[in-house]
Amino acid sequence: MSINQSGWKPAIGDTQAPAAATYTGNRALMLEEALIFEIGDTRTTGVDFSPSPLQGRGPGRGEVGASAGDENAPLPTLSPEGERANRLGGLERTASFGLPGLSEPETVRHYTRLSRQNYAIDLGLFPLGSCTMKHNPRLNEKVARMPGFADLHPLQTMDTVQGALGVIHELAHWLKTLTGMPAVAMSPKAGAHGELCGLLAIRSALEARGDARSVILVPESAHGTNPATAAFCGYGVENIPATAEGRVDLAALTARLGPDVAAVMITNPNTCGLFERDMKAISDVVHAAGALVYCDGANFNAIVGRVRPGDLGIDAMHINLHKTFSTPHGGGGPGSGPVVFSAALAPFAPLPFVEKTDAGYVLVEEETAGEHHAQNFGRMTAFHGQMGMFTRALAYIMSHGADGLRQVAEDAVLNANYILRSLDGVLDAPFGASGPCMHEALFADDGLAEGFSTLDIAKGLIDEGYHPMTVYFPLVVHGAMLVEPTETESKAALDQFIGALRSVAERAKAGDAALKSAPHFAPRRRLDETLAARKPVLVWKEPVVAEAAE
Amino acid sequence: MRYLPLTNEDRAAMLARIGASSIDDLFVDVPEAARLSGPIAGLPNHASEMAVERHMAKLARQNLSAGEAPFFLGAGAYKHHVPASVDHLIQRGEFLTAYTPYQPEIAQGTLQMLFEFQTQVARLYGCDVANASMYDGSTACWEAIVMARRVTKRGKALLSSGLHPHYVSVAETMAKFTGDALQTALPTLSAETDAEALLEAIDRDTSCVVVQYPDILGRIADLSAIAARAHEHGALLIAVVTEPVALGALKAPGDMGADIVVGEGQSIGVGLQFGGPYVGLFACQERFVRQMPGRLCGETVDAEGKRGFVLTLSTREQHIRREKATSNICTNSGLCALAFSIHMTLLGERGLRDLAMLNHGLAVQAAETLAAVPGVELVNDSFFNEFTLKLSKEARPVVRDLAERGILAGVSLGRLYPGADALAHGLIVAVTETTTSEDIAALAAGLKEALA
Repeated sequence: MSINQSGWKPAIGDTQAPAAATYTGNRALMLEEALIFEIGDTRTTGVDFSPSPLQGRGPGRGEVGASAGDENAPLPTLSPEGERANRLGGLERTASFGLPGLSEPETVRHYTRLSRQNYAIDLGLFPLGSCTMKHNPRLNEKVARMPGFADLHPLQTMDTVQGALGVIHELAHWLKTLTGMPAVAMSPKAGAHGELCGLLAIRSALEARGDARSVILVPESAHGTNPATAAFCGYGVENIPATAEGRVDLAALTARLGPDVAAVMITNPNTCGLFERDMKAISDVVHAAGALVYCDGANFNAIVGRVRPGDLGIDAMHINLHKTFSTPHGGGGPGSGPVVFSAALAPFAPLPFVEKTDAGYVLVEEETAGEHHAQNFGRMTAFHGQMGMFTRALAYIMSHGADGLRQVAEDAVLNANYILRSLDGVLDAPFGASGPCMHEALFADDGLAEGFSTLDIAKGLIDEGYHPMTVYFPLVVHGAMLVEPTETESKAALDQFIGALRSVAERAKAGDAALKSAPHFAPRRRLDETLAARKPVLVWKEPVVAEAAE
Repeated sequence: MRYLPLTNEDRAAMLARIGASSIDDLFVDVPEAARLSGPIAGLPNHASEMAVERHMAKLARQNLSAGEAPFFLGAGAYKHHVPASVDHLIQRGEFLTAYTPYQPEIAQGTLQMLFEFQTQVARLYGCDVANASMYDGSTACWEAIVMARRVTKRGKALLSSGLHPHYVSVAETMAKFTGDALQTALPTLSAETDAEALLEAIDRDTSCVVVQYPDILGRIADLSAIAARAHEHGALLIAVVTEPVALGALKAPGDMGADIVVGEGQSIGVGLQFGGPYVGLFACQERFVRQMPGRLCGETVDAEGKRGFVLTLSTREQHIRREKATSNICTNSGLCALAFSIHMTLLGERGLRDLAMLNHGLAVQAAETLAAVPGVELVNDSFFNEFTLKLSKEARPVVRDLAERGILAGVSLGRLYPGADALAHGLIVAVTETTTSEDIAALAAGLKEALA
């Protein structure tokens, strides 16, 4: 090498010197981003429009098109007067309401910067128990955006939407066949909405036989949505205890059953990650007592293709398409929660639904339901459900097929057991002796150093580059850590995660003070949630100082 | 299988570590009678990406999409142009494949966006606060009715006859089970809304009055008097907005005294999508904030004093309060809220006002053109971008007839109110910035032929 290195590229220098604070607050690729209210302006827009036909009508004050590009022009309002006046009934919005705009490049940069402050499946393993954070195939995004699906109005005439109704019908067929259940309601908007759908059908069925009941039994380990849903549709809620091995206590359940019990809501596999071995026996005693069985299907990923809930005596179960069938979680939705029904509940399923007739697909709504579905309990939402999720889920299901879905369940369960057994002796697995786990492994906070908790382990994992597992749920385990790796993780990814979790757990056991203040490397340190709740600031307001300065 | 990274070698090694001899050992807790020995019969096996895409494309081609025809449907779902950057940004994996922001240190992107979204919705609606979204407008509407019951401790809700019939149906379905009393009525094909009738009906048992603005027929009524009367009687005014673009031109319900404002956000950023997913908007005045359903994002500081955002007031929510929660909602419409927020940021107030003015201008033009067609009468005096026509024939067969001619003419009241003879001649026509003069001319010509 004959290049003069001293003049071309300086030596690396002293890498031990501490970093100085930056002028911007940024740290290289870790970029701070202000709020749109701080960087935008009500007079700025990133969208161009053609002029309105009302332009030039009446004594127009600021007109579309005319104002574009002139940030000093007044905000356009419509004139209530004149020959070509508006038809707004005298209710023009005249005062500015403070919605800031940004140009397109500023907008793209704002949201791109924000996106980089998020953890996501695309970045790494996301082991949130009971959430099934699996890979979201991009084929699904592509098909959902085909204009023939994305650009359809829900109230178009049936002849113009046969393909869309076909998607709903095909997906419904898959869901019924995979669960071994004869009917499905496609319209519920998410898991909790599906629970509501199931309980309303149960209540309708009971009322139809003149036997309205008042209580829903829910295991202690249930998702919070179960009791909340039961209460939302007017039921009392009672807990049923778990056995020492983490399953529903069949004896206690049987003892509680009586003429006031409408239904039992059971999650299977349950939130301790265990299959309810007695599920069929539970269904049998519940049915014998005149009640019905609701299954929370949030954990269907563990058994899809290997077990049909219909074979276990289930009457209703919601399926989270955004869990088992990989429609993206999107930072909190949208979800989709179709509900499968047993023959006993099928007549009470809500409107609308799709039927195949000789003349093609038909959407059965209020108008036509009377003919053969008169006992339906009504409508749960405007229009027909989460079509954009149906197309994605159908593409996912077809990609896997019956054989691939079975493999999904097997790999999901294998991955979870691999994590469970690889952490033997590191973290306490309270139900480790109860047999293999299903798709998620549950640990407790036993054995951590004084003052250290599950929260510290979670925050330590953040510094290791992982989203933490579900923490402090289920409530039946002290300091619960619920790890669901899903089937879309490779063995190498699991091995690295196991190593990281072991390392963090050992630091928590050893009382490593640095763990108490983790995360150190995230865009933010631990946030003051108490302050947020005590003095809620839910919307941005102009800082008072700025006004005083003017 | 392309989505499954484990190899058979991996699987064998992992089973060995676990101490299981086969995968079946991990399913021992499944009762024998319920174990399936192989793939479920009667279902196809896995398929290539190309094969799946081909199948879906075939189904997609069996639909007439809104962009392929002169298009005039509204009634709670509207066709608007969504800038390309919106769809690009929501597909960033860090947004698309994130979960609910339960770990705020690594979810500031979603949380800051939600804080901005809440502020945008509150300002659009003229309210103090808004939540982080509901499933859609119809479910948000029922949640508002339940919230009014909690606030007033009364169980009778007055639903305007101008409220979208699907929203009414959702409320009726739920009220059957909760015991809430709902007063409902069918709309009439007249220029007047039912504001006067509602004023009369409010009494001391009323928990809330629910008024859509503009209403299902597109009519616009001042909400101030209803708000005042409701408040005199200790009731709340819930305003429902199915077309948010309207608030770029019309006074906000919150500014006219509405206590809770809910609605559909689909018009901004989300797209038609055959009815879902959409995004429910939910806003109210500050004093009711602890009775709100759904997630709320709030500002706070981190351990170094830097501003940050968290989900807050979660003691209202199901994962903490269980059966005592204000709602059972968990997953909401995060990604649609993001699309809404990005589109709204691109628009800004100027853009939203421009958009609203363009919508209204084209709607006025369309109303004038269509009203000149023999056999067509314009019902509305006032409207924003949607109005109702009274045809000389039943509207539903006319809509079918026009669909066969490649024109998606609007939503017949016969579809929305089957069996209501007095409404059968009504046709709701929506006009947005995507409507061209040629589209309007095509609809006028089509109606002329169909009604001849």
